[in-house]
Amino acid sequence: MTYRGMTVEEIKIAGDKGTPISAYVARPSGPGPFPGVVLIHHLPAWSELYCEMTRKFAHHGYIAICANLYERVGQGNPDDIGAKVRAEGGVPDAQVIGDTEGAVKWMRAQPGHNGKVGVFGSCSGGRHAFLYACHKKDVDACVELWGGRVVMAKEELNAKTPTSPIELTKTLSCPLLGIFGNEDRAPSPEQVNQHEAELKKHGKAHEFYRYDGAGHGIFYYHRPMYRVEQALDGWNKVFAFFGKHLAR
Amino acid sequence: MCTSIVEIAPASGMAKREDEWFPLTHSVVAYDHARHALLYDAITIDFVNSGLPPGARAAVELTLESAKALAAALAKAIAEAEIEEDERAQGLERTRRAAPAPEAAALVAA
Repeated sequence: MTYRGMTVEEIKIAGDKGTPISAYVARPSGPGPFPGVVLIHHLPAWSELYCEMTRKFAHHGYIAICANLYERVGQGNPDDIGAKVRAEGGVPDAQVIGDTEGAVKWMRAQPGHNGKVGVFGSCSGGRHAFLYACHKKDVDACVELWGGRVVMAKEELNAKTPTSPIELTKTLSCPLLGIFGNEDRAPSPEQVNQHEAELKKHGKAHEFYRYDGAGHGIFYYHRPMYRVEQALDGWNKVFAFFGKHLAR
Repeated sequence: MCTSIVEIAPASGMAKREDEWFPLTHSVVAYDHARHALLYDAITIDFVNSGLPPGARAAVELTLESAKALAAALAKAIAEAEIEEDERAQGLERTRRAAPAPEAAALVAA
């Protein structure tokens, strides 16, 4: 079922350590109850693409929220914000987890919510979605799209990213959907295989799909990396997965 | 960040954004997904000031080939600049040695 009617707004939520951060919210028209999706944006920041994807989830019957994880860096063009974050060596994983927890709590407090929450992210957001589902037990399904640096070498670890996410696989708290392109280098097919092997080792429920003829950013329709056939199939898999795990 | 190919170097100088020049603190070089160039990945270079708002940024996205050409041009210009700076330093040293000592000059004048 799709919902052409929806309300969208920009709100403030309590992020990590109670810091107020902005969030983009889309809610389908009607009484619900609706499942919820928390979107975690990628390095190109709290961008138009992520606002569009937030609305896409509402169109498909989900209350959706995407928090601005880079709020503390300042205001401005998302490109510039992303560049400033990169110049600062990224944002701390712990802060992203705290901000995302704020979005999950907001979701669970909404009237018309069905009590189920999925977390969704692409690129660095895919990594953060997996990381969140390993750290917290308050989400019911996780979608990781081409998450880079889930597998990290020791020399890549630092104060902001102290743990390679793959090391936390044993604490993954919900089913995981992974979508990857076989021509990607971050993550590479070898890293995706490592990721899946670790999931199997710990008996974690997961679905991994690897597309030939595609690399990173398969869904990004405004970039040359867009792959229409794989993107359409991938979105179908996202909605089938959330439909299965977030229904009540 | 999906890429781990990020190099951050301290920078001293100025960069231009629209009609405004701003002082620099860092140059950030990465190989990552292009945001504007119609490329899959690009060498991105951001000239930024960490103490100013995010808009204080001069940025380029280059193909690998363009980046190599830029690196070669930079290396050539820097090598020539260093020769020129050496010559300038040697010239200053020669001038210093050829000039009479201040005490001697003072005696002649007296």
